Amino acid sequence: MIDISESVMQILLAFIVVVPLIGALAALLPAPPGLKGKSPEQAVLRHGVTVTGVVLIAAIVLALGFDHDHPSKMQAATDISWIPALDVRIHLGIDGISLPLLVLTALLTFLCALYSYFKMPAGPSPKAFVALVLVLESGTLATFAVLDLLLFFLAFEMVLIPMYFLIARWGGEGRTQAAWRFILFTLLGSVVMLLGLLLIGLKAGTFDMVALATDNGRSLTASVQVIAVLAMGIGLAVKTPMWPLHSWLPDAHTSAPTVGSVLLAGVLLKMGTYGFVRIILPIAPDGSHTFAPYLAAFAVVGIVYGSLACLALAKRGARGDLKRLIAYSSVGHMGFVLLGIASMTPTGVNGALFANIAHGLITGLLFFLVGALKDRTGTTDLDTLAEKSGAALYGKAPRLGGLLAFGAVASLGLPGLAGFWGEMLAMFGAFKPAADLSRPAFLAFMSIAAFGTLLTAAYMLIVVRRVCMGAAPQDAPQLADVHTYELAAWTPLIALTVVAGLWPRALLGLTDPAVQQLLAGGTR
Amino acid sequence: MSTLVQSVDWLAVAPPTIAAVVGLVVLVADLFLDARRKALLGWVSVAGLAVAALMLLPLLDGDRATFCLAGDPHLCSYTADRFTLVIQFLVLGGALLAALLSVTVLEDAKRRIPEGEFWFLLLSSAAGAALLPASRDLATLVVALEVASLPAFALVGMRYGDKRSSEAALKFFLSSVTATAVSLMGISFVYASTGSLYLTQIADRIQHVDGQLHVLAQTGVVLTLVGFAFKTAAVPFHFWVPDTYVGAPLPVAAYLSVVGKAVGFSGLILVTVVALPSYSDVWGPALAALACLTMTVGNVGALRQQATRAYSAVRLLAWSSVGQAGYLLVPIASAGYSKDAQKAIGSTVAYALMYAAVNLGAFAVAALVGRTRTLNRITDYRGLYASNPLAALFLAFFLLCLAGLPPGIIGLFAKVTVFSAAVDAGLGWLAVVMAVNVVIALFYYLQWTALLFRAPEGEPEKQRVPAPLTAAIALSAVLGVALSGAPQLVLRFSDTGLF
Repeated sequence: MIDISESVMQILLAFIVVVPLIGALAALLPAPPGLKGKSPEQAVLRHGVTVTGVVLIAAIVLALGFDHDHPSKMQAATDISWIPALDVRIHLGIDGISLPLLVLTALLTFLCALYSYFKMPAGPSPKAFVALVLVLESGTLATFAVLDLLLFFLAFEMVLIPMYFLIARWGGEGRTQAAWRFILFTLLGSVVMLLGLLLIGLKAGTFDMVALATDNGRSLTASVQVIAVLAMGIGLAVKTPMWPLHSWLPDAHTSAPTVGSVLLAGVLLKMGTYGFVRIILPIAPDGSHTFAPYLAAFAVVGIVYGSLACLALAKRGARGDLKRLIAYSSVGHMGFVLLGIASMTPTGVNGALFANIAHGLITGLLFFLVGALKDRTGTTDLDTLAEKSGAALYGKAPRLGGLLAFGAVASLGLPGLAGFWGEMLAMFGAFKPAADLSRPAFLAFMSIAAFGTLLTAAYMLIVVRRVCMGAAPQDAPQLADVHTYELAAWTPLIALTVVAGLWPRALLGLTDPAVQQLLAGGTR
Repeated sequence: MSTLVQSVDWLAVAPPTIAAVVGLVVLVADLFLDARRKALLGWVSVAGLAVAALMLLPLLDGDRATFCLAGDPHLCSYTADRFTLVIQFLVLGGALLAALLSVTVLEDAKRRIPEGEFWFLLLSSAAGAALLPASRDLATLVVALEVASLPAFALVGMRYGDKRSSEAALKFFLSSVTATAVSLMGISFVYASTGSLYLTQIADRIQHVDGQLHVLAQTGVVLTLVGFAFKTAAVPFHFWVPDTYVGAPLPVAAYLSVVGKAVGFSGLILVTVVALPSYSDVWGPALAALACLTMTVGNVGALRQQATRAYSAVRLLAWSSVGQAGYLLVPIASAGYSKDAQKAIGSTVAYALMYAAVNLGAFAVAALVGRTRTLNRITDYRGLYASNPLAALFLAFFLLCLAGLPPGIIGLFAKVTVFSAAVDAGLGWLAVVMAVNVVIALFYYLQWTALLFRAPEGEPEKQRVPAPLTAAIALSAVLGVALSGAPQLVLRFSDTGLF
């Protein structure tokens, strides 16, 4: 949209990845004179807002400078040799697939930093908190920006330690267990993924994603592809998470602090699906074809399973936790993303990428809202909240109730909001899968997925009924309605949900050419 | 007569020689120094090790060989090629760091450890360890091995009146001597069947052994390997490790964990890849099985350590060093399967360099904590960040390097080279076993790391860190951080040949 020279773009992209890291180091040092603020705590939280803000601005400038006429072209590419022995290169670049994810990450982290500035989660010093959030941001941004398999793995691992500490130190009940589960599951997955990446790299003779994608699996035998896809797929599927490897997710979400949940759902899960699209589909097409029907089958099982789990949690007397419920709904939503990827058609993959972004926006918003609800009422237990007649949020705190209802209907895929397009396109892709995939099987998957959307609608409406509606007793304690800072943190998410719903072309125009290119063999 | 006199390239043999000579000087000087000035001995030894390490610099320009056969200048007993120099650097650097730790520990021990003897033994052992990678015949190899280990037994039993210390020394001694005897027997079998002690000549001749002697040669190969497997503390020769590490003075444990391992695996490399490449179908699978067992037993052992038990921190480091020895064996095993054995060996060397730097760093912090908390339990590390933030951050970094997680980038990439050596050689199953082990290891490393940042129990006590300890921690931290930024520094060995 605006013309920025390529070298400035390169520096911008490197800047986006590196600045959070430097910011994390700076957060640990004492504040310089003049920036001390009211107290050390306030100063470091403000530092977090500043750094993430700067990164967000840089990301927006990058998005503006991105050549929207050629989104399939790798832009802002840097390629420097780092470890010649392992053939690891610092290869950065963005195209239409990674740009939206990059901006989403920068946005969500900024909003989280902003939210924490006013509402720091209970726990030890905010110094470490800010440093960890910044390392997390750097790792996630790097995952979406790097174009080297081993660097991708490095970035993928980089988020583990910060997320572990965020859950284990600032989390709620059962946090130690949940944090362990999170890190052991993801680590076991990613070590297996490393073996797959190494197999690909050693057999093809390069770790460069662009070169490998252009090669489109021609230098890899079918058996190598099958083994590599299996290994990498397991690692990415744990992160996504795909049923039945999802069992770390509900605990992690339930125990994590609000900000941790938002980042986990909004950003970290996307690293898994991004890996499927960026690495598995173009680099090992034969292997992907072999496993696509299984992936689709697991995906639809995940959709139905997630919805049924949510229904069970939403039932009266089930003592369901609202955060856990949203976590399970994530399993369902990510099922749609995986179904779109498994269809191996441009339509399906575009839908998957769209659903990815939509899920990040909507689920991020929902976790913020539930966190706010917990701050006010002290619980996220549905039964305690709703008591007999319902929590009557509409009566007690109308704006909060309204926003929760908005998040819920966006999540169930109401047309006109972001949640709709991705899931519809994913199912559309499954309706007509790639030529050599069994159409009847995918038709069956599609109908099951469609049934899943009904279940999603059912539990979301139950949640709205139990939390938002009900008769507010006269003597009930008044709940504080939405604060200004909360509104500031949530408005961008709400606005983008509406924009993406009403104008899907903005996003699809970016992803579609890149996906076409990727499926046909590589990026230019 | 002139043919019997060998010309000796003194520059080539300088590194081990200097270490040995300084050791003797220290031993003699001990007799003439009065008690107040004994600390001087330590600094002389540290300086001696530093000079020995610096003497590697002039050797960088090319391969040298000395003690060659007068009749055949290609058969030499001592070769200073790239492999030798890298391992000598590792050994002397490791000994230097261990010596820095010892300065403080000896001072704290207040004469319960005899200083002159301690330094003499440490330097002799280091001299033997530095000689070993350079030896190219089996006799020199065994002599070097024994020069490296015999002083180590005495070092382990150094603590006067400490029952655990002498028991550990005895355990270490008995099992080690048995292993040496076994490998000597193996060597004699190999000599009997080939008629040579020179590694390269053995490599040639063992392919044309008389049919009757095949069994003899094969037995010889297996028995020789056993002795070196013991030194790397490979399972099932690992049982001496935990007790020995706990019983020994802490710097000695650190020394054994790094230099002792370097001795073992460089000996293994010389015997397998240089002397017996044609027997790769025997030692390849054997080492693969050994690697698999070693890492699994070591990591499970480390996992089972109770944090509240006395000396659990040292015990955990001991068990984890057994696990790490397993990773070191993986590329050597892969060398038996792959066409390019040199590359695989390079992975072992690269991994060993990384391991030496960070493991010594971890021991250095353990020595620091052990000054005030003599029991050195893992629970004693709780809240270290509050009392000594830098030490805690560095220990966390070292542990994450050992685990192979960012920010320990060098640990991660060193593991990647080991994985790639295994995958490249078609040892997929070993890579998978190792992957599982990496996850097991992560559990205990991370548990320890997490403990450092917990809120301390009671008031954190500030303590002054003695200069030598600071130097040791800082040196390993600088190495670790520099390597994390530029992993190519060590990983290049996995890309090019070393011999």
